[in-house]
Amino acid sequence: MSLRAAAKAYPALLRVGFASAVAYRAEFLIWMFSTNMPLIMLALWAAVARSGPVGTYTQAGFAAYYLCTLLVRLLSGSWVVWELTMEIRQGTLAMRLLRPLHPLLAYSAENLAAVPLRGIVAIPVMSILLWTARQQLGHDAVLWLMLVPAMLGAWLLTFLVMALIGTLALYVESAASLFEAWLGISAVMSGYLVPLDLFPKAVQQVALVLPFRFLLSFPVELMLGKPGRVEALALLGAQWTYVAVALVATNLVWRAGLRRYSAYGG
Amino acid sequence: MIEVERLRKSYFVHRRAPGLRAALRSLVYRPREEVKAVDDISFQVKAGERVGFLGPNGAGKTTTLKVLSGLLHPTSGRVSVSGHTPQKRSREFLQQITLVMGQKQQLLWDLPPSETFLLNRAIYDIPRAQYEQTVAELTELLGLAGLLGKPTRQLSLGERMKCELAVALLHQPRVLFLDEPTIGLDVTMQATVRGFIRAYNERFGATVLLTSHYMDDVAALCPRVLVIDHGHLIYDGSLTELVRRVRPDKRVLLRLSRPVEARDLQRLGTLVSQTDAQAVLQVSQTELQGAVQRALAQLPVVDLTVEDPPLEDVMRELFQRGATEGAA
Repeated sequence: MSLRAAAKAYPALLRVGFASAVAYRAEFLIWMFSTNMPLIMLALWAAVARSGPVGTYTQAGFAAYYLCTLLVRLLSGSWVVWELTMEIRQGTLAMRLLRPLHPLLAYSAENLAAVPLRGIVAIPVMSILLWTARQQLGHDAVLWLMLVPAMLGAWLLTFLVMALIGTLALYVESAASLFEAWLGISAVMSGYLVPLDLFPKAVQQVALVLPFRFLLSFPVELMLGKPGRVEALALLGAQWTYVAVALVATNLVWRAGLRRYSAYGG
Repeated sequence: MIEVERLRKSYFVHRRAPGLRAALRSLVYRPREEVKAVDDISFQVKAGERVGFLGPNGAGKTTTLKVLSGLLHPTSGRVSVSGHTPQKRSREFLQQITLVMGQKQQLLWDLPPSETFLLNRAIYDIPRAQYEQTVAELTELLGLAGLLGKPTRQLSLGERMKCELAVALLHQPRVLFLDEPTIGLDVTMQATVRGFIRAYNERFGATVLLTSHYMDDVAALCPRVLVIDHGHLIYDGSLTELVRRVRPDKRVLLRLSRPVEARDLQRLGTLVSQTDAQAVLQVSQTELQGAVQRALAQLPVVDLTVEDPPLEDVMRELFQRGATEGAA
């Protein structure tokens, strides 16, 4: 299908996606408020840091880190893996495949359209962050500018990894379990539970080259002004390389998977 | 328009016996079995034809429709719809077809149908004037006024099906694949849907391929039927000819002014049922004329009707015959 036609349809997809998010507002708010792990981790680490800094993190440092983490998590979250695996199992993916629009583009619009509604939680978090942790935030405007593509990259990478694993449901029945495993590793290696620079050096070396960092830690690092401009640019390049790789891989797995798509009798 | 040549579609399914032991064994060993859903079928459908696809559950009807609409890749064989290879799912192909499945929906569940309409307008890139005209026509043909603004989840099954049909036809497809479009609907709604499908076919010259378990759908809509059983195409022709071949006998319905003896009726043909005021006889084609003449001359007949046997009976007999032949 042509990209021009998809681009033309995308605003309508976003509009309908937003209407759906509003229709599911209660469920949506519950999901957002249940995304509270960074706040739990903040309470834990703040208690540990009471007697002195942990690594480079003071109590205020932890507060800034976990509030940034919560903000990035709220704005980059996606749920396509659950929807995709369910629709493949139930055969309802067929209805999407009949339309002249790539189903992954439709899913992406539905997921993106929920971002404005997330503002309901994200804006207060942002306000608290700016007020309480202003000393801890980065002051380089260039890094803040880089945050825009870094957030988009984080969202895209999250979405594409979810789409890739969800697409595996065309091959195996346990794709959702596979994603649970990914989620477990990701919670540790993306900096969601613990800042990556608190890990032992060897683990850090591994974490810094894996894709998980670019899902969450990298935008947080930019907000905290941790990398220099040159390093930040290199990291942005690495993040978007991962996005490109994920895009190609998802597309390949999707195309091969459709050949196997059977939805027998359903 | 539609060309199917030696189409085959098989699946591999895992086999496992019930019980804990079998569950544990399946952790290391899962035998696979090939299921031939469609096995070497060929047919052609001309533009504007209405064709009924008949067969028992699991015969391969839905699989064939899914291959024709590009959802499934054939295992082997050649399929062409409007000059396109369906499994390539080109935009031009998808713009020309629609598949309505009675048990699946494309309407957004929590939003009014009008939202799905607008979404499809954008996806299919339908010009505004054409969209408005089509919506107006569909609203009139299907009686959608008042339904398009209600959330889908609050519509009745019949109302939802009408909206499903409308949203599937907004882009004015030239080929309609309809899989059990009247399933679960009451008799009035079935008739409405049938009337609509016929009207759409006549208005746009669209080709219709329909599967249904309701024989009335097929009888009312499809001058031609394809019968598929165990993945094989066992009949391709008119419904009348199919009935004649499978059940060459006719049913004679007699309304009587007074009760008659059963043996008097049995002289005319096989007695299917009898009450004081009515009797139903099964009579072969060759003996029909004589039987009717004798009935009128010898019995107190108030009214006499000659009918084909019910389609359900014909199909049951056809598939039973197929099953027996398959087992033999």
